[in-house]
Amino acid sequence: MSAPTASRVALVLRARELGIVLALAALVVVTAVVNPLFLSGQSLRDLMLGAAILVVMAAGQTVVVITRNIDLSVGSVLGLSAYAVGSLLEAAPGTPVVVAVLVGIVIGGVLGLVNGALVRFGNVPALVVTLGTLYVFRGVAFLWAGGQQINADELPESFLSFGTATVLGVPWLIIIAAVVVLATGYVLRNHRSGRELYAMGSDPAAARLAGIPVGRRTLAAFAVSGACAGLAGVLFAARFGTVDAAAGTGYELNVVAAVVVGGVAVFGGSGTAYGAAIGALLLTTIGSALPVLGIDQFWQQAIVGALILLAIGTDRAVAARVAARLRKESSRV
Amino acid sequence: MDQVPLLAVASVAKSFGAVAAVRDVSFPLYAGEIHALVGENGAGKSTIVKMLAGVHRPDTGQMLLDGRPLELGSPAAAIAEGIAVIYQEPTLFPDLSVAENIVMGRQPRRSLGRVDHRAASRLAADLFARLGVAIDPDRPARGLSIADQQIVEIAKALSREARVIVMDEPTAALSGVEVERLFTVARSLRDGGAALLFISHRFEEITALCDRVTIMRDGRHVSTDPLDAIGVDEIVRRMVGRPLDTLFPKREVPVGDVVLDVDGLSREGVFRDVSFQVRAGEIVALAGLVGAGRSEVVQAVFGVDPRDGGTVCVGGVVLRAGSPRAAMAAGIALVPEDRRQQGLVLEASIERNATSTRWRSLARFGLLFGGAERRSAAEWTARLQTKYARLDDPVLRLSGGNQQKVVLAKWLSTAPRVLIVDEPTRGIDVGTKAEVHRLLSDLAADGVAIVMVSSELPEVLGMADRVLVMREGHLVAELSRSDANEESVMRAATGQVAA
Repeated sequence: MSAPTASRVALVLRARELGIVLALAALVVVTAVVNPLFLSGQSLRDLMLGAAILVVMAAGQTVVVITRNIDLSVGSVLGLSAYAVGSLLEAAPGTPVVVAVLVGIVIGGVLGLVNGALVRFGNVPALVVTLGTLYVFRGVAFLWAGGQQINADELPESFLSFGTATVLGVPWLIIIAAVVVLATGYVLRNHRSGRELYAMGSDPAAARLAGIPVGRRTLAAFAVSGACAGLAGVLFAARFGTVDAAAGTGYELNVVAAVVVGGVAVFGGSGTAYGAAIGALLLTTIGSALPVLGIDQFWQQAIVGALILLAIGTDRAVAARVAARLRKESSRV
Repeated sequence: MDQVPLLAVASVAKSFGAVAAVRDVSFPLYAGEIHALVGENGAGKSTIVKMLAGVHRPDTGQMLLDGRPLELGSPAAAIAEGIAVIYQEPTLFPDLSVAENIVMGRQPRRSLGRVDHRAASRLAADLFARLGVAIDPDRPARGLSIADQQIVEIAKALSREARVIVMDEPTAALSGVEVERLFTVARSLRDGGAALLFISHRFEEITALCDRVTIMRDGRHVSTDPLDAIGVDEIVRRMVGRPLDTLFPKREVPVGDVVLDVDGLSREGVFRDVSFQVRAGEIVALAGLVGAGRSEVVQAVFGVDPRDGGTVCVGGVVLRAGSPRAAMAAGIALVPEDRRQQGLVLEASIERNATSTRWRSLARFGLLFGGAERRSAAEWTARLQTKYARLDDPVLRLSGGNQQKVVLAKWLSTAPRVLIVDEPTRGIDVGTKAEVHRLLSDLAADGVAIVMVSSELPEVLGMADRVLVMREGHLVAELSRSDANEESVMRAATGQVAA
């Protein structure tokens, strides 16, 4: 019950994110030793570009997971948003890039609101709701696309160059991802509404009694996750130039994996967008580093799986130790 | 007092399904008074509290603040009106810091709406200084003792400068010193013009602190009087509505051999070196404050909770630690404290619930056929006079008392030698309560060794042959039936030295 306890706890919590950073650093160092080209500017830029989309979605997912919910529909939202924006640009090539980005965000946000409304008013667990909308949104995308594909030559040049354009040598995609992560992390840490999301995830019943507008916040959290996935859809279209109805299939599992590896507690109440972003970066780096290291791609999934188990195992162990120590110090037994 | 009450409860009623929890209750709450609300468990006090907190809305009647009708549609509305409720079970966010818990929703802010975490810590530290406690505002709420959690709740109410403060058994888990500190704070709030509604089962606290008392029984308002106009005996008589001794029909039965022998049971940070024996035909009560470790001890005896040391013997045979199955095989049955969470599968049928302890013996070739389950369930529910429409109705349709009977049926059908009951009559009506007590008495007469954890002193004093008192994880007193009274048990439980 003394100051040292608090700082020790804070240290343990900080060590949680430090662990991922160290893992990431070790991986980069080892890979660079094997093949120095891994650290070349082009290679790093590709790596970051590859991570940008996942990072944006992980930031949104963090907001939902902190409230003790989950959003499995993000891959399908990405697909729908990417196809919608692609169709818009195909039909009206003069559309400014900013408008395209906003359209993607709005589409994602609306789909997120649908998730949030089902969770809030249907009183159905988010796992079930978003598993359902995962298929529904994907179905809508397939129905709309009807097997068609939008190719790079059908998209305006301004939009495609947005996928590769840089500001002071930093690609737009990376800047956008960084802004999303910093903004999300900032609001979660420094805003009342952000703190209330942590409170909801920490103890939903107590949150209601504390007068927190739990329903509205749930809606907002899903809208944010949807909007991030929608934005990711636009980035996807710009980066790859080719969009069909299957875009982003299976991404939801990568996103959840990034968030969990990044130290966001699956039972809500703790974790940061920064951790989730580092988690996304780590997963992407594993994907790029293994071929360089000459390790079979087959191992990639096994390693990601092991990381998830390790992350959850560490959380449990740390939580149990912290709880035991706090209990010991505050009881007089 | 001729002034307009700060808060008036006017003819409110509230029903849950067919059960009327509160019927036509009215009482005024004046600024600058501490008002006691007393009644047995199930008398409707909690429902009144939840209406004031904005959790429940009255079906009929209303509440008036400064003579103005209150529309409390949500807990947020109650907070905005300056009504703070301190619940018996603290409602903190374990992952957040103590300071954040206190300021949640009203965080001090800097420019751009940023939460000022440092100012929040300072605010919390100031409140704790005012309360005279040493809690680090920056530590997480997880792991705080119940007493400290309660202090944080009180600090929360203080920080809101609430005008109406409802305290639902705030002292249940506090030590003597902490209670005194709380009283000092409560009096200063009263002198500052707040109205306090104080709910407690401890009469010495009520007489020491409160100005007036409202008594409830079976959901109805019985009386509201100044405390100096009414004695404790009269309060008890009005609360219970009948003489105490008929409520608890414990029969004298010959006591047999030791059946349950618990020796040196410990679990780090929870309880230490707990030893006791229970003989056939005996009812031993485990008394103490909430959080003293009573439930944890019996759960460790049954093997649901882990233990670090000590042994549990049934009939001379040592039980394997951490194995409820071994405990059941040895003849122990545990009727848990929270029947809805731990005792029943609410969506499953009465029949399934009542036989869930016996599926192994009822099954043929490893498969359950309906007939055997049905016969067993019908027999036991009939013996316990359970009221239900059909055996395959989900158990959640039953009233609290009948649900408890199903839990009892489930465990009695295993023909236990040792029956552990944790708060056996919590939240059930007075009539069923008496039935449960008679049943426990009958079981003891049949030679079952009974361990009863109970927070209701009249129940403990009426039923037990011996009373074991726990405080802060230690067994601190063993009182015989003749030595046990309200005062001696409470003194041991709170650690107060005899005056």
